[in-house]
Amino acid sequence: MNRFKVAIVGAGIIGASIARVLSMYENFDVVLIDKELDVGWGASKANTSIIHPCHEEDPEKYPLRAKLCVEGNKIWKEWSRELDIPAKWPGELMVFHNSDEEKEVRKYIWFATKNGVPGVRIVYRDELQSFEQNINPDAIGALYAPSAGTLSPFEAVIAIVENGVDNGVKLLVDTNVLSVKIRNNVVVGVETSGGFIEADIVINAAGLYADYISHTAGVAKDFWIKPRRGEYIVFDEDVDIKPVKILHTTPTPLTKGVYAITTVHGNLMIGPTAEDLPIDAKENKATSENGYSYLIKEGEKLLKRLPPLSKVIRRFAGLRPEPPNGDWLIDVYIDPWGFINVAGIRSPGLTAAPAIAKYVLDLMVRRYEINLVKKKSWNCYRVGIKSIRNLNIYEADKLIERNPGYGKVICYCKIVTEAEINEAIDRIMKIGARPTIDGIKFRTTACFGKCQGSFCRWEIALILSKKLGIPLHKLIVKKCNYGIGDIKVLLRGEK
Amino acid sequence: MIEKKYDVVVIGAGPAGIAAAVKSRKLGLNTVIIENRDILGGIPLQCIHPGFGIHYFGVDLTGCEFIQRLIDEMSKNVVDYVLNGYVYSIDIYSYNEKLVTVVTPKGIYRIEAKTIIYTAGARERHLFELNIFGDRPDGIYTAGEAQTLMDLYGVLPGKDIVIIGSGDVGLIMARRFALEGANVRAVIEIMPYPGGLMRNVVQCLKDFNIPLYLGHSVIEIIGRNRVEAVKVAKVDENLKLIKGTEFILPCDTVVIAAGLIPNIDLLEKVGVAVDPRSRGPIVNEYLETSIPGIFAAGNALVINDLVDYAAEQGELAAEGAKTFIDNNGIPTKDWIKIDVGRNIRFIVPHYVSGERDVIVYSRVQRPESNIYFSINSFRIKMFNVRPAEMIRIKIPRKIFSEIHSSRIIAEVTPI
Repeated sequence: MNRFKVAIVGAGIIGASIARVLSMYENFDVVLIDKELDVGWGASKANTSIIHPCHEEDPEKYPLRAKLCVEGNKIWKEWSRELDIPAKWPGELMVFHNSDEEKEVRKYIWFATKNGVPGVRIVYRDELQSFEQNINPDAIGALYAPSAGTLSPFEAVIAIVENGVDNGVKLLVDTNVLSVKIRNNVVVGVETSGGFIEADIVINAAGLYADYISHTAGVAKDFWIKPRRGEYIVFDEDVDIKPVKILHTTPTPLTKGVYAITTVHGNLMIGPTAEDLPIDAKENKATSENGYSYLIKEGEKLLKRLPPLSKVIRRFAGLRPEPPNGDWLIDVYIDPWGFINVAGIRSPGLTAAPAIAKYVLDLMVRRYEINLVKKKSWNCYRVGIKSIRNLNIYEADKLIERNPGYGKVICYCKIVTEAEINEAIDRIMKIGARPTIDGIKFRTTACFGKCQGSFCRWEIALILSKKLGIPLHKLIVKKCNYGIGDIKVLLRGEK
Repeated sequence: MIEKKYDVVVIGAGPAGIAAAVKSRKLGLNTVIIENRDILGGIPLQCIHPGFGIHYFGVDLTGCEFIQRLIDEMSKNVVDYVLNGYVYSIDIYSYNEKLVTVVTPKGIYRIEAKTIIYTAGARERHLFELNIFGDRPDGIYTAGEAQTLMDLYGVLPGKDIVIIGSGDVGLIMARRFALEGANVRAVIEIMPYPGGLMRNVVQCLKDFNIPLYLGHSVIEIIGRNRVEAVKVAKVDENLKLIKGTEFILPCDTVVIAAGLIPNIDLLEKVGVAVDPRSRGPIVNEYLETSIPGIFAAGNALVINDLVDYAAEQGELAAEGAKTFIDNNGIPTKDWIKIDVGRNIRFIVPHYVSGERDVIVYSRVQRPESNIYFSINSFRIKMFNVRPAEMIRIKIPRKIFSEIHSSRIIAEVTPI
């Protein structure tokens, strides 16, 4: 039971992508291990969600990042279709307001040429205004990169893991990997909070914690990951300023620049900030007033105007795993044999993820001399949860006739029905994750709207409670119970 | 697809909606009420505390008792209703023809309506609408969610609770938590005065020794997995935080009771004009919105502090619908606009005709003592006015009919 060919530590976008690629072959049986209750709850959940064109990657300073970013951008088109991941490809405008910024922007034309990024060009003010009507009219121009896209990063991880599990990957959640076990310079498995798991190959895709995992394998002892905090603000779907293109301020030596995008769920999102935290602050996802006012200022720079701040429905922060000097650590080791680092995958990690997975496989095949055997039955497709939101009323009526659950709307803001919530729970159980209220939220977008779940969170909890047969107060929201207990028992001592 | 035709479609079966539906039936109108939950009644269902019905039924009831009386009225008058019905859209065909599309487990209803009475209540302001930063751990609830958990499902959300906001909802929840054995550490109010009725400050906080911090704001939530503490600071008269006054209040639960906003998304989508002061629709004395034949009542019209007023507005809207149907539209009138003057936050309705007596609902901006509340020549002496307490006054027809101006001012002036 606890014996696998490959153990992947971390079910984020990197670990999940690697699992999917390995699941194509007979050679590996894969266990994907995560410390959280669900997949994609680390850096993959809270980021800018951009599929970069790769004109911002310096091909001389970061050749690997540049190569895998370009490849990843191409692969995502395939993967997002195969896996039914909400994605769109509107292109990106890096906006400049003065000649210094224009000079900076020109640098990226050269990067684009070197990296083989298609269609990058400068668009000047006269053209820019009709090209993107929501842009700030003070902008004198922008660098247009047509191959930029955006997708839902948490739904991407879920989709990839569902597909991986469908193809034989085993998922273990709520399992903290404590150390990599090595005997005679050969990896034998991982020690976890849930016991020892035997594996010939251990792939470290532990995100912010990849430094610790690597150290337990005796590898890259001076490699430390710094959390870099990025704050975001999200506006309601109904605001009238929603850029069609992905807008981006020109990076300066001090900042990487801020994005204003309309997410695949239809919300205007502005972010991120960039703030380096101490190495041990790996869970510090607090937002700040400074971050908020900075994003408002940068948002105003990008957009012709900012929607009223009363339309902000969410503020959040994510942590990016920042490696020393910005270099990804991707290596397949001979000593210890069987250990692989895919660590410090900072931006453009989301973009590059599928390419990183293929690159890791390639390195494994060469270093460990593996003769790959393709699975005959490998299924490349996964279909998302059917939603009535995108149907016309005739289609919706037919669907309701087949399953009345599609006629019971639970989340009023995003129009999510009982049938969708039930399906989300089924899918969570199917991949072997733990059903949580947040898990349902990220699969259905219930609670994503203007009321942020104040109408429907308890209704979702009721459905989950009924389905699992456990009391309401024992359900888990994100990490803790929904309530502390039954009043009758707590207060009155009733049974 | 189920197709129906009604004189009146009431959207939302809370107190305002049920009162509107009952009244419509009594006026002989063919009426249907649509409710998105699986039960009639709306928010009073979860209100097991008293304070309901003194004006409407002349007796102090709990929310549940109050709404049961209305539901009984409804059954007596045989009003059609649709449960589990989510109103997906309203289409305006002409000034007296509307199409309401409703998603239900039985299929999609397309209801042709002459008039709509919109009584979809309010939504709660949540964490991200307040200037609170920091972590986003488990253990943060809106007051309504906490009330549902506790009073409908018997679940205690937390043990050590900080409540943000001293409106009536916050105060009543403080008492409910205390009664169920939780420790309410504090109620934090950013304004220098309580946001709720005085009777609630006494009965819900003082009687239970719960500290009320006026002129304070929660600025940060602290907690990795579950709430561990909140950071609180004093604010000055401009609500700006005073540096150096910060302190930490340990707790495991934060309950947000920071006010309600009329839930009028659907109305905004069809182009109903909105009053930025009340955040509800602009209406005339029939409670008709800027779209002919669409009426609003209850918390979707204006945030009420008494359920009695919500029910009363429901009846007024039903009378409006009757007038609309009888006359094939509310007749053209030379409307008088009531403007907002000194120390008035809002006043509803916005337009009056002078043809009949009008009940106005208003709130002040700040507390004041020994004042006149006046609208043109109408003047009433009041000892105290506070933002928490809605002013409800019936203004005689002749006050407006004597006016020759098309705009008049409502104001509060010192005696």
